[in-house]
Amino acid sequence: MQSSGILTLNSPCLAIKDLTLAYGDLVIQQNLNFTINRSDIFIIMGASGCGKSTLLMSLIGLMKPTKGDVLYGEESLWQAEPEARQQLLRRTGVLFQSGALLSSMTLFENVALPITEHTQLNAERTRQLVAYKLALVGLSGFEDYYPNELSGGMQKRAGLARAMALDPDILFFDEPSAGLDPVSAKLLDDLIRSLRDHLGATIVMVTHELASIFAIGNNSVFLDTETKTMIATGSPKQLLAESKDPKVIRFLTRDNTDNSQTEKPKIQQGKPYEQTR
Amino acid sequence: MTDQVPCALNFTQKDNTLEAAFVGDWVLETKVAVPTIETIFAQLGDRKNIKKLVFSTKELGRWDSLLMIELISLINFTKKQDVSVDMTSLPEVIQGLLNLVYAVPEPSGVSHKKAHTSWIAFIGNAGLDLYKDAQAFIIFIGEIALSLLGLVRKNTSFRLVDFWLNIQESGPSALPIISLISLLVGLILAFVGAVQLTLFGAEIYIADMVGLGMSRDMGGLMAAVIMTGRTGSAYAAQLGTMQVNSEIDALKTMGFEPISFLVLPRLLALICMMPLLCIYADLVGIIGGALVSVSFFDISLTQYLDRTADAIHLKDLTMGVAKCFVYGVMIALSGCLRGMQCGRSASAVGDAATSAVVTGILFIVVSDSVMTLICNRLGF
Repeated sequence: MQSSGILTLNSPCLAIKDLTLAYGDLVIQQNLNFTINRSDIFIIMGASGCGKSTLLMSLIGLMKPTKGDVLYGEESLWQAEPEARQQLLRRTGVLFQSGALLSSMTLFENVALPITEHTQLNAERTRQLVAYKLALVGLSGFEDYYPNELSGGMQKRAGLARAMALDPDILFFDEPSAGLDPVSAKLLDDLIRSLRDHLGATIVMVTHELASIFAIGNNSVFLDTETKTMIATGSPKQLLAESKDPKVIRFLTRDNTDNSQTEKPKIQQGKPYEQTR
Repeated sequence: MTDQVPCALNFTQKDNTLEAAFVGDWVLETKVAVPTIETIFAQLGDRKNIKKLVFSTKELGRWDSLLMIELISLINFTKKQDVSVDMTSLPEVIQGLLNLVYAVPEPSGVSHKKAHTSWIAFIGNAGLDLYKDAQAFIIFIGEIALSLLGLVRKNTSFRLVDFWLNIQESGPSALPIISLISLLVGLILAFVGAVQLTLFGAEIYIADMVGLGMSRDMGGLMAAVIMTGRTGSAYAAQLGTMQVNSEIDALKTMGFEPISFLVLPRLLALICMMPLLCIYADLVGIIGGALVSVSFFDISLTQYLDRTADAIHLKDLTMGVAKCFVYGVMIALSGCLRGMQCGRSASAVGDAATSAVVTGILFIVVSDSVMTLICNRLGF
């Protein structure tokens, strides 16, 4: 619950301890160790297919890690009994990549779903609460719309309203700006940042959108595909300025030239382009 | 969790200014009754003179969305009364949230609650829907006819590999469930018939009954009903999901004709497989009848098979197989049509599958009745 009392910065909110993720024998990421502080906007970044979304799944209780644990404050997520785990996860909200709104329900019903299931609020107060959450994301008046009647950006904002329905301490975002135009993506970033500022919630975001990473991220972890572990942590701007790791620099500068390992595709001289197709 | 201080809202009036003081913990899980703003405000005497509303949050404890929704209703209420609201008296964080809430005003005309329709309009709409449905079905048949023409002219997106895949899906993969159901239907027919036939000491005619019943009607009908549930619904769900994922649009842009690429292989595979499944179902049903006759009634296997061979003529078998050919067309048509008509959401896929099964079974039963009537008139 947000309240003026617990808004102390730099206290750990989420700790990842010695985490190894694997599908069967296929190891995705191993030996992950990092902490996420309260009120951070924490970015999980890395190349496509490096296991960012898999890591997110293990943070929100959807995929059990092969080894290691996730600590919410002091409490373990994966050592806990299923009911206790559900209780811990009640403090989180998740915005999935495509919004993941239930298509058979209106926006009102979507946002009201967690409220009616998990609280004893009466109908009038639920209505007010849903209207407030939708207003926060700029969707006042859209209560009676079905998700497929809305644009992609609006669906995402409605998903955010649903994720925030129960005033979570931690909000998880899976590629929030994917599929949005730069202006909508910027608006969503601004919204995320002002929600963090005003609600004091911790934000954990999986993304490879450089603009968002630099604009709102104040801490991050960089996952690598080849070594299957994290190779850098810290604020994205600081990483760009100080990191020595060529992979991190390449990612953060959108530079695809790599002189050390792979060869650049060479265009054979003397052959016209048409023939090489 | 620490003890909660009950929430309260106190009003004090100074000249033209009304001060609203929020006291205690304003959290959603509060146990005490939250004061409703309208009633408190209505009880205030001398409301006419109030021109300005300020807030005091000195004694405010913990708070969450509950405080926000109360604040919003208070502000909305006072705005209607021509009272100005001084937001700056609120903490910065709350001001920020309120700014977000009021940043995007509700667009006018955006609300679209469904208007209540009278039952006459409801019937009218249902009639119109039926008309549109029939129209879509006829157009669909026309499109299939055109793409069949393309297939004959070898000018088509039809791929043989898809056809074989669907043969596998709708034929051999369906054998276990067809075996089980047909065997049981054979058993049931034998038992039901035996109860009557033993009255006349005519148990031997169980063979006639099961043989004719299975081959003329029941074998094909049961196979068709199973295939509607198994394959017709799968067709609708597959094509519907492809519609949701824009896969069908992608095929169109790549120059594939969705009807000949997706519908024809399914339709042709089912038309090829249904008669074979029918013959198989007939056979298994007869075995079921034999099981009952041999184990419960005094009939030897040879007698039973002899009787069956005498009873069933080629025309009975052909009739069953011909009917099954028609069922195959019906099942594939209803499955594919509903799939292609599918909307673009998860619930639409479910609706498509349901509707495919309902339409399929309706078509099967209606066409069975018509064909039985025709055969009867023609003396088959």
